Parts: sequence; C-alpha cells; structure tokens
Amino acid sequence: MKKITYILILITSLIFPSYGYTNEENFQDTLNQLSTKKLASKLITVEKIIQSKNSKVEFVLNSLLKGKIYYIKDNKSVIFIDKKNGKYTSKDLITGQSLGVLSKYQVKKVGINNRIRKKIKNGLSLLNLTHTNSSTRLKAVKSVYNNIDNNTFKTIQSLVKNEKEDAVKEVMYVAINIHKLSDKDPLERIEAIKYLNGNLEPVVKNKLIKIQKNDSSNDVRELAEKSLESIEYSTGIYKTVETLFFGISFGSVLILAALGLAITFGVMGVINMAHGELIMLGAYTTYVVQLLMPEYIGLSILVSIPAAFIISGLVGMLIEVGVIRHLHGRPLETLLATFGVSLVLQQVVRTVFSPLNRSVETPEWMSGALEINGILSLTWNRLYVIIFCLIVFFSLLTILKKTALGLQVRAVSQDRNMARAMGIRSNRVDALTFGLGSGIAGIAGVALSQITNVGPNLGQAYIIDSFMVVVFGGVGNLWGTLISGFGLGILNKFMEPWVGAVLAKVLILIFIILFIQKKPRGLIPQKGRSAGD
Amino acid sequence: MKISKNINNIALAAGLVVSLSSTAFAAETIKVGVLHSLSGTMAISETTLKDTMLMLIEDQNKKGGVLGKQLEAVVVDPASNWPLFAEKARGLIENDKVAAIFGAWTSVSRKSVLPVIEELNSVFFYPVQYEGEESSKNVFYTGAAPNQQAIPAVDYLMNDVGVKRWVLAGTDYVYPRTTNKILKAYLEAKGVSSSDIMVNYTPFGHSDWQTIVSDIKKFGSSGKKTAVVSTINGDANVPFYKELGNQSVSASDIPVIAFSVGEEELSGLDATPLVGHLAAWNYFMSVDVPENDTFIAKWKAFIKDDKRVTNDPMEAHYIGFNMWVKAVEKAGTVEANAVQDAIIGVTTPNLTGGVSVMLPNHHITKPVLIGEIQADGQFETVWSTNGLVAGDAWSDFLPGSKDLISDWRKPLSCGNYNVKTAVCSGQDI
Repeated sequence: MKKITYILILITSLIFPSYGYTNEENFQDTLNQLSTKKLASKLITVEKIIQSKNSKVEFVLNSLLKGKIYYIKDNKSVIFIDKKNGKYTSKDLITGQSLGVLSKYQVKKVGINNRIRKKIKNGLSLLNLTHTNSSTRLKAVKSVYNNIDNNTFKTIQSLVKNEKEDAVKEVMYVAINIHKLSDKDPLERIEAIKYLNGNLEPVVKNKLIKIQKNDSSNDVRELAEKSLESIEYSTGIYKTVETLFFGISFGSVLILAALGLAITFGVMGVINMAHGELIMLGAYTTYVVQLLMPEYIGLSILVSIPAAFIISGLVGMLIEVGVIRHLHGRPLETLLATFGVSLVLQQVVRTVFSPLNRSVETPEWMSGALEINGILSLTWNRLYVIIFCLIVFFSLLTILKKTALGLQVRAVSQDRNMARAMGIRSNRVDALTFGLGSGIAGIAGVALSQITNVGPNLGQAYIIDSFMVVVFGGVGNLWGTLISGFGLGILNKFMEPWVGAVLAKVLILIFIILFIQKKPRGLIPQKGRSAGD
Repeated sequence: MKISKNINNIALAAGLVVSLSSTAFAAETIKVGVLHSLSGTMAISETTLKDTMLMLIEDQNKKGGVLGKQLEAVVVDPASNWPLFAEKARGLIENDKVAAIFGAWTSVSRKSVLPVIEELNSVFFYPVQYEGEESSKNVFYTGAAPNQQAIPAVDYLMNDVGVKRWVLAGTDYVYPRTTNKILKAYLEAKGVSSSDIMVNYTPFGHSDWQTIVSDIKKFGSSGKKTAVVSTINGDANVPFYKELGNQSVSASDIPVIAFSVGEEELSGLDATPLVGHLAAWNYFMSVDVPENDTFIAKWKAFIKDDKRVTNDPMEAHYIGFNMWVKAVEKAGTVEANAVQDAIIGVTTPNLTGGVSVMLPNHHITKPVLIGEIQADGQFETVWSTNGLVAGDAWSDFLPGSKDLISDWRKPLSCGNYNVKTAVCSGQDI
C-alpha cells in the first residue's frame, strides 16, 4: 500500500506542475476564491484545488458536490456548513474546528453547475484510483472510461501492476485497452480490439464504429467490424431481456394495484370506485411515517407496510359498513356512491395535506441499479417491487385458501344464504373481506409511493388499470389477476418501442375490449355453481 | 336531466345570494375575477396562483386601492373542468361585473375562456408559459411565449453545453406538440439532422418511464453530447426524474431541460437525484434582488408558512396585476376598451431586477434564465439573456405563422396581420 502511494505521489508530481501549496494558509486562500459569483472562475479554482495535493481535497470536493460549502458574506471566507432543521452549524474546512451556529443571512452557499460538477467528479475518481476500498477503486476506474487522456492512462498503467484485487485489475485493463484503441500502432489497436471483444460498454462500441469507418489499416477495420457484429448481437439479446424486465416490473405494479380490487370486486362483487383512493391513503401513510421517523428512512418503508394496511383497511371497513352494506345488490347505486366517496377522500387529503404533491424519500437500499453489464442494468426499486408483489400475492392466496376467514369469505361469496344457514355471520365477513381488500390497496400505496407521485390524484391514475387487470384476468380468480397483470405489462412494454407510449395504451384497451367480447368471463373464468349470476 | 336542472337552479340561487350580499356591503369597490381551479387535477398548480392574487389585491388595498376605490376579489372554482372555465368566466363578467379576470393555467382552459372574453369584451390576464400562435384583443399574456423560453434554452444547450443530439419529450397535448414543432423546425434550420432528433410523447400522468428512459440512454450513448428538452407536464415529471436517477442518467451525461418544472413542483419531491438538471424560466426564487426578497417575505407572511416557495407564474401575475393597476390609473376608468388602449406601453418592475413593458402584441418583455436544480429544490442561475426578450405571438420558425405580426394599437388593431399579403385575418386562425 505504501508503495502505491509513493508511486502515485511520484506520478502526480510528474503530471501536475507543482503550484507550491505547501501550507494550509495558501490552501484556505484558494478555497476563498470559491466565493466568487462567476462560474468560470470557480471552475479554475476547483482545478487548483484538485491539483493542490492537500490532504483535505477529497473532503472539500465531496462537500462541494453535496452543497455543504458556504462563504461568509462579510469577509468572503469559505467554510463548511451542516444545515439541519434550519440551523447552520459551521466548521473550518481545513482544521475541522467548530465555528458555531450562524444565521442564514450571514452566509451564502457556493453554487456549482454541471461543468464544475463534472470536473469535481473526474478529480474525485482520479483520487479514488488509489482508495483503500476496492469497490471504490472499481467505480473510479469505470467512471474514467469515457475520458481517458494520456495522464490518466499512464496513472492506470502504473497502478495496475500493484493492484491485488482481480476485479479492479480487469477493469483497469479494459480502461487501458480502451485508450489503446486510438493508439498509433495498428498492432496495438488490433490487440486492444481483441482484448475488448465482447465488451458491451457504449464507449467501446462508439470507438469501434469510428475505427470501422475511418481506420487506415484494412485488418483493423475488418476486425472492428466483426467485433461490432458480435456487440450488436448481444445488444439485441440484452435489450429483449431488458424489455421483459420492464414488462414484469410494470406488470407487478398493475397487480399490486389490482389485488385489493380482485378481493372487493372479484370475490365480493362490489364495484368500488374508491379503490384508487385507498391506494392513495397507503401512500400518504408512508409520507406520514417518514415524517414521524426522519432519522430512519430505510426502516420507515418497512414500518409503513403494516401501518398502511391498518389505515386503509379501517377506512375500507368504514366505507363498507357506512355505505356499501346499505346498497347490497344494487351495483349502479354502489358505483355512484363509491365514486362520491372517492371524491370526498380526495378533497379531504387536499384539505389536510394541501393539493401539492408530497415528497416521499427513497431509502438508500432502494435507489440505484444492479449493473449486469454495459447495456443491462436492473433498477433496485423495480426489483423490490416485483419481489414485494409476489410476496403479497402469495400471502393473500394463503389467507384465502388456508385460513378460517378465507373459507368463510369464499363461502359467503359463493352462496350467501347457504353460508348464513351454516352459521356464518355474513355481515361480519363482508366487513372483514372489504377491510382485507382495502388493506392490500394500502400496501400497494406504499410500493407506489416509491415509484410515482404522492398526491391527491394518485388514486385516479390507477383505478382504470386496476379494473382492466381484474376484468381481463377473470373476476373472482386471484391467479387470473396475476397472469393478466404480467401479461398486460409485458405486452405493453413490448409494444411501446414500436408504437410509442400513447398508442400502446390505446391498443391494449382495444385488445381487451375485443377479448372481452369473445370471452366475457376473462382469462380464467370461474367454473361450477359459483359462476352463476 | 331533471336533477342537473335542479342543481343549476340551486347554484344560481346561491350565486344570487352571494352577489346580492356582496353588493350590499361594498358598493364602492372594483371587482377583480380570479379564475383558478381549486379542485381537480390542476388544483395542484392553480391554488397557489389564487392565493397570489388575493395577496396582491390585499396589498394594493393597503396602498389605497385603485382610483380611490378598494379592490374586491371574486374567486370562483372552475374545478379543472375546461367547459366550466367558460361558464364561470361568463358568470364573472355578466353577474359579478368584474373589471378584469386573472386566471387559467392549461392552454385548453384558456382556449375555452377565449370566446367568452371576446364576446363580452373583457380583460383577461394569462400567467403561464404557453405555445404562442395566438393573440387576442382581450387577453394579455404575461407568461413566456416560445421565444422567451424554449428557443433561448435550446440556444444555451447548443452553444454553451455543446449539445449535438436532441430528445424532445413531452406530454401528448397542445403545448408540447406546438412547442416541439417549433423547436424541431428551429433545430433543423440550425443544421441538426433529423436523425439526431428524437421526439417522444407520453399520455397525461404517465408513470412507467422505464422504456423511454432506457431509449434516451441508448440514444445518448452514441458519443455525441445529448440533451433532453422536456415539455412533460405536471405529475408525470416525478416518476420521470426518479427513473432517470435509478437508471443512473446523470445531469453531466444527459442534461434534461424542463419548461414545466419549477420550485413548486420540486418541493413535492426529493430533489437529490435531479441535481444538475436544468429548467428555463423567466424568474427563479433564488434570484438575489431586493424586489424579489420583498416579494418572498410578503408571500411567506401572507400564506403563513415559511417553507412555501415562489415560482414563475406567480411573478407573471405580479407583473400582470401591477400593469393592470397602472393602466387603470392611466385610463382613469376600468372600462375594458380604455384599459386595453392604456395598458400598451405600460412598464412595471419585474422580480429579477429589470423593468417589463406591455407590448402592442399583448405579450411582455422578460429576461430568460437557465437554472440548474440544487439539492434543496432551488435553482442556481447558470445563464441568462443580456437584456429582456420581447414576447413573440407568432413563431418565426413555423411556415404558417412567420409572416404574421400582432399589433393592437390603432389604426392596425389586428392580432394576426400578414405582412406579405397585408391582410388581417380576424382574431384567430
């Protein structure tokens, strides 16, 4: 490790002409230049900071990226500020010494733009090439793929010899060979193309396209063309895999939104137009839970799941007892009444939380993507939603098939009078079933809060889709809902690249209308006596 | 049918009672109509503008009102329902006898109000950026025309960022379609080949952006600098930016410049993944001038919430309202024709340190600012035009409208005068 640092110091001193920042005072002077309003001069200052070799460079750059660097308006001295609950706690950037709490009128944030941000990120990745953590090194190497100049190339070339981690070594060789693609020597270029064969990084593809068009040597051009063909081939495959993933994830959102309805509409036969608003209540529950525990965002999502289930479930039971029960067997009136309830719920939320969307934070473990290769990456939040959807589905299935409540629910929905004759309190079962369906809608709201807006209109966006999925899948059958949700999701996503998002949606609706004409009972129709209306 | 008639009767009776009571108490007031949706999908944006108007009117009354009379706001709720906008506007003019109306957000609601305002010859102030291609004797457009927002934004990306490939992404309705038509014509006139332009439309409230973001990523990985020009409206923005963040499309690789995302929209989401993406407006809350500081302080005091933000359409109402007040004082009356004549040429300070003027084409001059989104949901201005830009009603880049001008001064008094054929073809095409 010492050796590496030594070499790096040697290299950096070779690469960067020394500016002579030997003591901290000069460094603070450089930092103070950040207090200018001109973005162009800030860029130069950042360059100076990167080259200053000061031990605090990494900290300064990171803080600048996070917007935690301010300057004092009076004397233009640049400091670190941690802003929490409207309190500006300041620190000296170099010594880390506390400078007390300042008022927001005394200081101004050092703002940066994309160009400066890019410069900082490049500077950080160069610094991180020698980081002690191997995954940071790996990321740093990958982030320089797109702009490897001679200096970076030399740095990486000398670092690779001492690199112990195989994975890091590999990406370093990739970086080296990417640079060699533009080497003067055709043999080097051929070597590089051969080495990079099968690599799916976009930068490799772009360079190969250039080589294939303009290279002076015939052999190199041919080799590049072959390489490109294989890249095209694997790109095609991965694109299909990606579309399939998109379809499944879109499908799982549809299923989550529809599952509650599959119970209330599918099993009980109640047309509940307020279903979307029950989803919305679940999403707002997530927001409130996050407000209550701002320190534990990661945990808050997990807490929200039971909370949303209970709240939406209770509201659902209230709707059942207060409205739906009295309209039993009058579907049109039920439809109108529940539509009214949905408007009431929307306006209540507007009054309580304001008509503006609320911001629900995404926990660390749900953001970002799982990178498979240069083309294919699966986003974590979608992966979690898919898993979550399956968990909810199978738990619901178990409740309906294996528990006493499930048995009673099925009995009442199949033959209410007979069930009552057998001693089942059908009123109680109705309320509980509706509560269960509504609770599931609430859980869906928790998942949706991570994907879309949390606002009063959230429910409206999903009500049509939910009915579509349930009707298409076959009323009264959970498996039908699962299959139709995934089916529609995948169909939609495969059509979207061809016809665009607007037309895809229209075509899906037309398809469902035609399908229902042919098979009015949906994909998996109910069989036997229970199917009789 | 019967039910709806009954409801109408009840509503009429209620309206009568309200107007009767208000006339009884305040005989000597000038009424100002506020026509913004307070319920339904657009309530999210329009409620704020209603509050802004109430604040401005209250403020003016403290200064002594207009022409020695107090102003009185008449607030109605068109409930995000386009035909209801026309109905409510008619009610405001015919029953409440308002002197001017401030309102509408979406273009379709403005188009719905337009015939009523023209028929009853009133004065209407529209505060939102729009697609242009319109000029009415009775409407004053205080938001940005395309040449005050979209075109400068594209210029900035082309010249300062060096963008070579363009994604024009929008929601599928009139504003994005017209704006993108203008932008495409403009880019092609600048020598961008059509294979370097990708146009994409999505339905209202679109929430599954996986495919589109993946396409944008692919489109942008060709080695040429790529940017997304977004006319995506309202609610669809949050899932769009979230997906961009998750698929790790960062602003330094593919910046997104938005025309509909402002401080208020950003306050409803976690802005961290959006840092560095851009927006083009004529006003930012972060602009550091005394007028703006005063306005923000007043707003926070009025709304009694220290966390509320200000945004561009609020500034447009601020300018529009002040211009109307000045015009009324200049004309000495609130009569529509006199105000329409008097307001042309009226100047008033805007909130970014300049002075805006009402032009003969009923648009105003505004500075164009490009800002980068910061982690706190505010914008850092990274570019601005040197002076103010005059709003252009008819785009110079569309074949149908490049010969048209609008000038409501006498003797021309025409909204779409064709300079080639010397014909004024009525109010609208």
